[in-house]
Amino acid sequence: MARITAGVATSHVPAIGRAIDTGQTQSDYWKPMFDGFEFSKKWEVAEKPDVVFLVYNDHATAFSLDLIPTFAIGVAEDYVVADEGFGPRPVPPVEGHADLAWHIASSVIQQDFDLTLVNKMDLDHGLTVPLSLMFGQPDKWPCKVIPFAVNVVQYPVPSGRRCYNLGKAIRKAIDSFPEDLNVQIWGTGGMSHQLQGPRAGLINQPWDKAFLSDMVDDPGRLVAISPEEYIREAGSEGIELVMWLIMRGALDDQVTELHRHYHVPASNTAIGHIILKNGK
Amino acid sequence: MTQSRPYDDVPGTTVFDERMARKGYHLNQFCMSLMQPENRERFKADNRAYLDEWKMTEDQKQAVIDRDYNLMLSLGGNIYFLAKIFSSDGLSFQYAASTMTGLSEEEYLKMMLAGGRSPEGNRYKSEWEKT
Repeated sequence: MARITAGVATSHVPAIGRAIDTGQTQSDYWKPMFDGFEFSKKWEVAEKPDVVFLVYNDHATAFSLDLIPTFAIGVAEDYVVADEGFGPRPVPPVEGHADLAWHIASSVIQQDFDLTLVNKMDLDHGLTVPLSLMFGQPDKWPCKVIPFAVNVVQYPVPSGRRCYNLGKAIRKAIDSFPEDLNVQIWGTGGMSHQLQGPRAGLINQPWDKAFLSDMVDDPGRLVAISPEEYIREAGSEGIELVMWLIMRGALDDQVTELHRHYHVPASNTAIGHIILKNGK
Repeated sequence: MTQSRPYDDVPGTTVFDERMARKGYHLNQFCMSLMQPENRERFKADNRAYLDEWKMTEDQKQAVIDRDYNLMLSLGGNIYFLAKIFSSDGLSFQYAASTMTGLSEEEYLKMMLAGGRSPEGNRYKSEWEKT
C-alpha cells in the first residue's frame, strides 16, 4: 500500500529560485538561508520518495481572475515550468503521477471535498522553488509530483481548519492506494511576509516561531487561527501558512521532528522550514 | 452593499477581497497579458497605446503609466498580478515593495536585514493615526 512517510514545510520565495539559478547561494546574503537546507537535501537522498504530494499556491500564473479554484489537483502525466514574466526557470519539467492523483481525487471528492481537476497547468515558483530547495539542481527530479494548488490570493480563502481536515481526507486516500509507494506531503509558502502597501516588509518572528513549534505538538491551536489574525500578525501574504496545515492534517497526530530552520530575510519574507517524520 | 470586514482596521494593507476584485478585474487581466513576451514588447514600446486596448478606467491606466503601486492597489490591483508589470520592467519584488513603503530600496533592504518591520505598532490603523 502507499504510505505517507513524512511531511515537509518550506517557504517558496521567487528570489530563492533566482539565487539558485544564478549561482548566488554562497553569497553573504544567501548562505545562511541555504545552509538550513543542507540537512534536507541529504535526507531526501536517503529517503528516496516515489511521489511528493506538493501543496502550493499559484501566483497568477496558471489561474487568472477568469477562473479561481479553491483546491485544484493536477492529474496530468507531466507539467511544464511556467514563464512568470522573465522566462521559465532553468529546472527540469515535472512528471506527474496520474494514477495516484486520480485515485486521490476520487476518494477526496467522495469524502465531500470538491476538488477542481486539472489536466494542464504550468507550474510557477510556488512549486519549483521547494523542489530546488529539497533536491538541489538535478537534470531530472528524482520523483513524481502531484501538484495541489490552493487559492490564497483571492478572498475568501479556505480556513486553516478546512485545510487541516482536507489533509486528513488526502491521508485516507493515499492510505487506500494499492501500489507500494513512499509518499511525502509538502506544504509550502509563508512564513510571515507582506509584499504590498505601506506596511510591506512586516515580519513577526515570535509568531512564526510559535507556529513552527505548534506544527509539531499543537496543530489544534493553529487550525483556529482566523484569516484576520494571519493578516494582522503575519502580514497579508502570511495567509499562505494555511497550506502547511493540509500537510499537517495528512500526518499522524504524533509526529517526530527531524529538522527545523528559520531565517530572516529572503527578499521580503521570513523563511520557515520543518521536516516531520510521520508517527513517533 | 458592502459590509465591513474584521481585517479592515489593519493599517497599510489592502486585502484582495471581492470589493477589490470587482474594481480591478480588467487591470489585473491586463497585467496577466504581460506573461506573453509579444505583449510585453508592445506594452514597453508604448504603454498608453497598449493600455487603451483594455477596459480600464483612466485612473487605472495613469497609475500603471506612473508605476504608482499603492494607487494601483487601491484601484483593485492585486500584488501577484501587478508583479507582471515590475517583472516586465526587470525589477524585483523587493524593489516594488520598497516603493510602496516610501523607503528607498537601500533603506528597505536595511530594514529587512535588521529583521523586517516589527508588528509592534503596526497591527491597527488606530496605532498609525496616533503618530
